[in-house]
Amino acid sequence: MPFELRVFVAVLLSAAFSFPAFATDAFVSNEKGNSVSVLNLETLTVKKTLAVGQRPRGIVASPDGKIVYVALGDDDMVATIDPQSLKVTGTFSAGRDPERIEVSPDGKTLFVTNEDSNYLSFFDLTTKELLGAVRVGVEPEGLAVSPDGKTVVATTETTNMAHFVDAEKRKTLANVLVDTRPRFAAFTPDGTEVWVSAEIGGDVVIIDAATRKIKDRVKFDVPGLRSENIQPVGVNISHDGKWAFVSLGPANRMAAVDVKTRQVVKYLLVGQRVWHAAFTPDDKFVLTANGVSNDVSVIDVAALKVVKSVQVGESPWDLAIVGAPKP
Amino acid sequence: MAQRSEGANLVYRYMAVALMAGALFCAAPARAQQAAQGQDAEAQPRQKITIGYLRRAENRPALSRLQTPAANDGMAGAQIGVDDDAVTGEFLNQDFELVAKKLKPGEDAASGFAELAGKGIKFIVADLPAEVLVEVADSPLAARTLIFNIGASDDILREEKCRGNVVHVAPTRSMLADGLAQYLIWKQWRKWFLVLGSHPEDRLWAEALKHSATRFGAKIVEERVYEDRGGARRSDSGVTMVQKEMPAFTQGVSAYDVLVAADESAVFADYLPYRTWDPRPVAGSAGLVPASWDPSNEQWGATQLQQRFEKKFQRFMTPLDMNGWTAARMIGEAAAHDAAADAFAMKAFLLSKDFTLAAFKGQKLTLRDWNLQLRQPILLSDGRNVVSLSPQEGFMHQFSELDTLGTDRPETKCRLN
Repeated sequence: MPFELRVFVAVLLSAAFSFPAFATDAFVSNEKGNSVSVLNLETLTVKKTLAVGQRPRGIVASPDGKIVYVALGDDDMVATIDPQSLKVTGTFSAGRDPERIEVSPDGKTLFVTNEDSNYLSFFDLTTKELLGAVRVGVEPEGLAVSPDGKTVVATTETTNMAHFVDAEKRKTLANVLVDTRPRFAAFTPDGTEVWVSAEIGGDVVIIDAATRKIKDRVKFDVPGLRSENIQPVGVNISHDGKWAFVSLGPANRMAAVDVKTRQVVKYLLVGQRVWHAAFTPDDKFVLTANGVSNDVSVIDVAALKVVKSVQVGESPWDLAIVGAPKP
Repeated sequence: MAQRSEGANLVYRYMAVALMAGALFCAAPARAQQAAQGQDAEAQPRQKITIGYLRRAENRPALSRLQTPAANDGMAGAQIGVDDDAVTGEFLNQDFELVAKKLKPGEDAASGFAELAGKGIKFIVADLPAEVLVEVADSPLAARTLIFNIGASDDILREEKCRGNVVHVAPTRSMLADGLAQYLIWKQWRKWFLVLGSHPEDRLWAEALKHSATRFGAKIVEERVYEDRGGARRSDSGVTMVQKEMPAFTQGVSAYDVLVAADESAVFADYLPYRTWDPRPVAGSAGLVPASWDPSNEQWGATQLQQRFEKKFQRFMTPLDMNGWTAARMIGEAAAHDAAADAFAMKAFLLSKDFTLAAFKGQKLTLRDWNLQLRQPILLSDGRNVVSLSPQEGFMHQFSELDTLGTDRPETKCRLN
């Protein structure tokens, strides 16, 4: 291709892939860096790196967007970040080894999976006190809250179950056996389905939220890759409920899944060891945290293309985008 | 672990709340299939899964006092596995129990086995030497049991002497050797100086290493045998003696990259690092050692398992413990999938596509259908940290990269009936 043409194509491409324009930021937890990178979503540059404490993993924004919570596994704490001033405003005790956290839709309760104990715990976000805990299986990790806030789902990695818990009564409603090493749970925005990834099982199980029965499975097959290397971790469902982007860990790919048909539409090559991801509030972009290549990939959802990668801290793990409560 | 005491206190505070919550678990589905389908609890009787554990009282030697095996080596791992199974069992209306039988010196293994089988135990985890394991597997009562071999790494048990009622959890010598060899090849250390002990098991280990060298393109430039003259492993003048002996023993070898030691009997290998005549790294039975587990492993969520183990047993988790844990978890997985009624149902499940075990090694473990050997990655440890995990990148296989470790299907001499 002649040089002029290449320039022309480059200009055309950059025009086609206009980057997200939000007056909001993405917060990336860096597991090894003990920090949170704040990514400006307009310029897609790191505008600040916050030191937060030991082994930050699960990160989530409050529904009103005023607080970002990050779980500090090795400190047994949760830190709070003010997304306006970009300062760490405090920490509170969150039980042993908190891994993933979610906030209730009313912003009052924090749900925590304590990986090193067999509990799903509940914290009052006003007093920061422990409200109670529900015994679940061995190594709880995945966590999802139904859109109506009534049900919490926790997955346990060694027990291989999705535990449905009544959020108010803190009582177990059902224990659903899923596939091997379930790492993540996500409700569809209409609250009718729960998608649970199985890292070792290599698939995603879809549970009917009402009957709590497995109704479907999403299978992955990346040409040229062995099934052992396809290890689904994060599941992110768009706010409009059309797309599920599933991170495939060491396969270094995101699977773009059509929620309706359960079919993988495309595998997108992102950075190495992709853990978790997040949609922008308008569903136009997905950002992924790539644990080994220390960067964040930006995916244009309409084009199904990776349009940029941004270096962040050491071993990025999870992302929270303010103004975009996870479905 | 000390700095975690505050967190631990909090956990105890949870307990009271959780115990109350536990009482409400009666709403949990009764059986695995119901749970999988999310059906409500029927009045199902509780299922009890009893796991036997058979071992021979053995004094395993060690040159370093840090490696002296604990009295409950292996057993402790199986117990943690049973504990993990029991947590899942709470939700599935299943109870798990471990019944241990330790053979006294000279006690007949078959009768010890019969004692467990006579109690109606169908699944037996065995930490026995190869010849005893075969004897037990061929005893009449064993026909209706499934034995999980966690202690014997002998390839012959998976080949000429393979049995349809023995599942092998322990990796073979050939798997361990291949795991090590792949790393040494990746490191471009292709010229090996092989030092082997004078006991039969040392020779078997050396044979496996030699086979790996041929398989992956390493060259054994020289081979020396270290004769065990039966002296005490410890003496008051030990260090001084060793410092004189080992450099002399390793003198005059043509150019080599790495000394590979085959010393299962723990007679000399631990004396080699830092004492070779030429400054060379040591691997095999000392230095960089291949194993099914290492207490330093904290990848792939292993930290949680290590901490569960250390909290309960106040010591580190060994490879034999890991084999015990894995065996108990295989049985637990089968139970969760309604395949623990008898040995035949369990074996069928373990051989099916539904069986995949997560064992903190970065990928699923499955069973080789041609000889009932568990496929697994091999950890390489320097005694302080995990250095690497094999299979190494680039060692390809048409079916599973894990099958680049050990005897593969086309080469097997096993004929299961």
